[in-house]
Amino acid sequence: MNDFPWLTLLIVVPLVGAVVTAFLPRARGSALPKQVGLAFSGLTLVLAAVMATSYATDGGMQLEEQHSWISAAGVHYALGLDGLGLLMVLLTVVLVPIVLVASWADADQGSPHAFVGWVLALEAMSLAVFTATDVFLFYVVFEATLIPAYFLIGGFGRPGRSRAAVKFLIYQLVGGLVMLASVIGLYAVSSDAGTPSYLLSDLKSLDIGTQTERWLFLGFFVAFAIKAPMFPVHTWLADTTEKATTGTSVLLVCVLDKIGTFGMLRYCLGLFPGASQWATPVVVVLALVSIVYGAFVAIGQDDVLRLIGLTSLSHFGFIVLGIFVFSTQGGSGAVLYMVNHGMGTALLFLIAGFMIRRSGTTLISEMRGIEKVTPVLAGVFLVAGLAGAGLPGLAPFVSEMLVLISAFNHAWWAGAVAVTAIVLAAIYMLWMYQRTMTGPTPTPVAVEGAPDLGRREMGVVAPLLLGLVLFGFFPMPLLNVINPYVESTLAEVGVTDEPSVVPVSDPVPAGSVEGGQE
Amino acid sequence: MNDFVKPTIEYAQIWPLLVVFGVACAGVLVEAFVGRENRYLAQATLTLGGLVAALAGVVTVALHLEDLDGIAHGSITTEGSIAVDGPTVFLWGLLLILSIAGALLFTERRLEGGLTDFAGRASTIPGSEAERQASTMGVEQTEVYPLLMFSVFGMMLFPAANDLLMMFVALEVMSLPLYLLSGLARRRRLLSQEAALKYFLLGAFSSGFFLYGVALIYGFSGSMSLASISEAVANNVGNQTLLLIGLGMLSVGLLFKVSAVPFQSWTPDVYQGAPTSVTAFMAAGTKVAAFGAMLRLFYVAFGTDRWSWQPMLWVIAILTMLVGAVLAVVQTDVKRMLAYSSVAHSGFIITGVLGVQSAAALAKGEITSLQAVLFYLVTYGFATLGAFAVVTLVRDSGGETTALSRWAGLGREAPVVAAMFAFFLLAMAGIPLTSGFVGKWAVFAVALSAGAWPVVVVAVLASMIAAFFYIRVIWLMYFSDPVGEGPAVTRPSLLTATTIGLALGVTLLLGILPQPVLDLAGRAGEFIR
Repeated sequence: MNDFPWLTLLIVVPLVGAVVTAFLPRARGSALPKQVGLAFSGLTLVLAAVMATSYATDGGMQLEEQHSWISAAGVHYALGLDGLGLLMVLLTVVLVPIVLVASWADADQGSPHAFVGWVLALEAMSLAVFTATDVFLFYVVFEATLIPAYFLIGGFGRPGRSRAAVKFLIYQLVGGLVMLASVIGLYAVSSDAGTPSYLLSDLKSLDIGTQTERWLFLGFFVAFAIKAPMFPVHTWLADTTEKATTGTSVLLVCVLDKIGTFGMLRYCLGLFPGASQWATPVVVVLALVSIVYGAFVAIGQDDVLRLIGLTSLSHFGFIVLGIFVFSTQGGSGAVLYMVNHGMGTALLFLIAGFMIRRSGTTLISEMRGIEKVTPVLAGVFLVAGLAGAGLPGLAPFVSEMLVLISAFNHAWWAGAVAVTAIVLAAIYMLWMYQRTMTGPTPTPVAVEGAPDLGRREMGVVAPLLLGLVLFGFFPMPLLNVINPYVESTLAEVGVTDEPSVVPVSDPVPAGSVEGGQE
Repeated sequence: MNDFVKPTIEYAQIWPLLVVFGVACAGVLVEAFVGRENRYLAQATLTLGGLVAALAGVVTVALHLEDLDGIAHGSITTEGSIAVDGPTVFLWGLLLILSIAGALLFTERRLEGGLTDFAGRASTIPGSEAERQASTMGVEQTEVYPLLMFSVFGMMLFPAANDLLMMFVALEVMSLPLYLLSGLARRRRLLSQEAALKYFLLGAFSSGFFLYGVALIYGFSGSMSLASISEAVANNVGNQTLLLIGLGMLSVGLLFKVSAVPFQSWTPDVYQGAPTSVTAFMAAGTKVAAFGAMLRLFYVAFGTDRWSWQPMLWVIAILTMLVGAVLAVVQTDVKRMLAYSSVAHSGFIITGVLGVQSAAALAKGEITSLQAVLFYLVTYGFATLGAFAVVTLVRDSGGETTALSRWAGLGREAPVVAAMFAFFLLAMAGIPLTSGFVGKWAVFAVALSAGAWPVVVVAVLASMIAAFFYIRVIWLMYFSDPVGEGPAVTRPSLLTATTIGLALGVTLLLGILPQPVLDLAGRAGEFIR
């Protein structure tokens, strides 16, 4: 079973789906492309699930494939899966069918063939990003995700989307080109050392001079910071989520943006451990600014979709903070946060999309009292909002807690600043809920048939709700995958946890913290 | 007085060159002896047949290159004036394929309602009665085919020339037909003629510089042959001032041909004014030939004196990339935009040229600057040819609509054409999975390995600016509402379709599987001296 090219298959299936969908007969109002697309994304989900069963939690890089691609450049088509990659792959394959179902109506405003085709292409490229173990291959698919994303933003959504699409693409291309310089720099360094190679395993054993390492690190970090996004290169985010369909926003914020923090873990920490530690003070400060600034700006928004987009800025700040404090709690918290944020924000976006379809506006000031008409929708919205605000019992709480503890361990001021975000998050979420859902006179709800959540919509939110609650109470399945990965990464960086200031009996600090919270 | 000694000419090595030249001469005879109604068919067949035969010849020559010391292969022919080596053969093959694709555009008659892209009777005054008559009679100027062939001959000779005199002859044989061809547009003839005159005057001026440089270098080294110059440079025999000024003058001539800043001012006007099929052929072919010659001149003749010309190329590369990219942003005409983008690309290629290192400094299996530049020329040649070929399809009643504002909404009118154009633009922007990305990677990598990191930083910056205007066009085609009637796309005949298909195929294939061509460029090895 292990010689079978699972990862290639995983990438090829959605790609074939994209091509097939694009060439389906074009009948007006036909649901065929959406059904076919759903079938392909479902198949991918099943494949990923089967593949996950053969994953050994502490086995390092697994299911590896490696073929020479461009030998003159030392480039390989090399794939592999570690704990981080597995979670990101699973997150992607789960979210794509959900998005396709949730966007059933949105896809019809343009060509459904194009929508479904681009979504599947984006899925394929994202899966390649999360499984690539060759820096060149990673760069290629990293940039290739932009094309489907560009057409998804520009082709579907609210007026003004084409400008948002251009802004998105320019930001990402700029980041990508900065990274290209570093990718090329790696080639120069690796060929100076003997034979040029882009394999992650070869590059890790490379001895890079301190100054060079810092420059190369910066190239990668800037690209990932734009992708994630972090303050001050976040300004594309809110514009994009405001104009794109909510389905697209889910893919962008919950899958594509994860590439940023994923890249920081795998490439910045993995290839440039020295430089990562050198940059820590600045990165931590930037992360803290993102956390607080994102929350404050979110409070001031009147557009639901901008608001949700900006909360992600705050959440990505937490993830980056967790990565760059270099401790097992921080690392585990950050990776867990990536998964939880994926579920929580996806739910928030989708439910906001349903709400906007009913009220016909995205502005908070024009919505009120919606819970009177659609109690179920309001309830789900509240749960999603509280998850975003870090309510105990829901999944994001666990990860937020881990990151906060590690931040306090890192420096008291870092923890102190980060912890304010909990209060701010409660303000933006609850205040939004209060203004849109409560109130005496409801806004007219303009949806034919069921005003409350329909069967299809319930089917979309149910798995996400289930995930949020399940992993809120029992995060161990995820942590079992995450902890070995984080430990091996930190070992590569050469950091060991400082002796904990809190007396613990359990030898595994992350686990013990977990136990305390449940 | 000495006896006349018959020069030895190695026909076995240079016969593809002679085929092209022979067909060009035969084309002149066809003009003289074949009836008007049969000329188009005769010329088109002759031209394409000749180019294909020459291509077959290049392949045979390539297979029988003499192997020298494992790195270089080939031989010096024709009394030391033509070097048939790996890079030469590679460039010959590339030039011939590009010329075949260009010639197919020349023969296209469906887009103009049964006539070619060229003025019916070039001698008539624009707007005159005679012009209208020629147009209604359906007269065609079939002299373009021999002109094309002479130009191809010059292009092939240019990178193969192993002494300065031959290089100058090749430069002129390549350029003179192009000056004429630029002035032969069927529509907007005044613009076309202005372009031709401008190109001719500036081109003649730059040739003068080149010739002066030849004289000075002769003064320095006492020889025209590149090998002897190299020896003279290495032994530091002559007057250094002569060498440096001569080198500068030669560079002016070559940099003009590749439209590097500050010698780029002709490019947008000529690219815009010339018939689009000529622009396509010229943009691709001239650059390939001129960069081939530049590589040979700098690497062979002045290779031992790298430190004299590398700093100059640093400055030129930086200026060229920035000026090309920045000025492209403000263009409102698609042909002018592509012209400035080709200026920027010259800068990227020069980045590869200046990335030369001594063989000892290269790791085993590391990409060489020659390999990188040759590969980039392949990617650039096909992407540009394809992009201009697509430009010929977008038309209204007044001929091609090159104003960018009229391209708005093309994605809705003609999704396939818009998608192809978008793909070529993405390739030029260097987005992964297109050939342009691998090309860009290669030239940046060699420059960085040679320590030219400031140039690479500027190159990355210029790529960002360039990405902006390529994306603006894609945005315009897909997400912008058409103005007025909107653009219309004329269905081309098989000829143009073949060219576009070929360019598209190469651009896509080299983006995904660049290995074979990179290998081929690597196997071409070093220049011989």
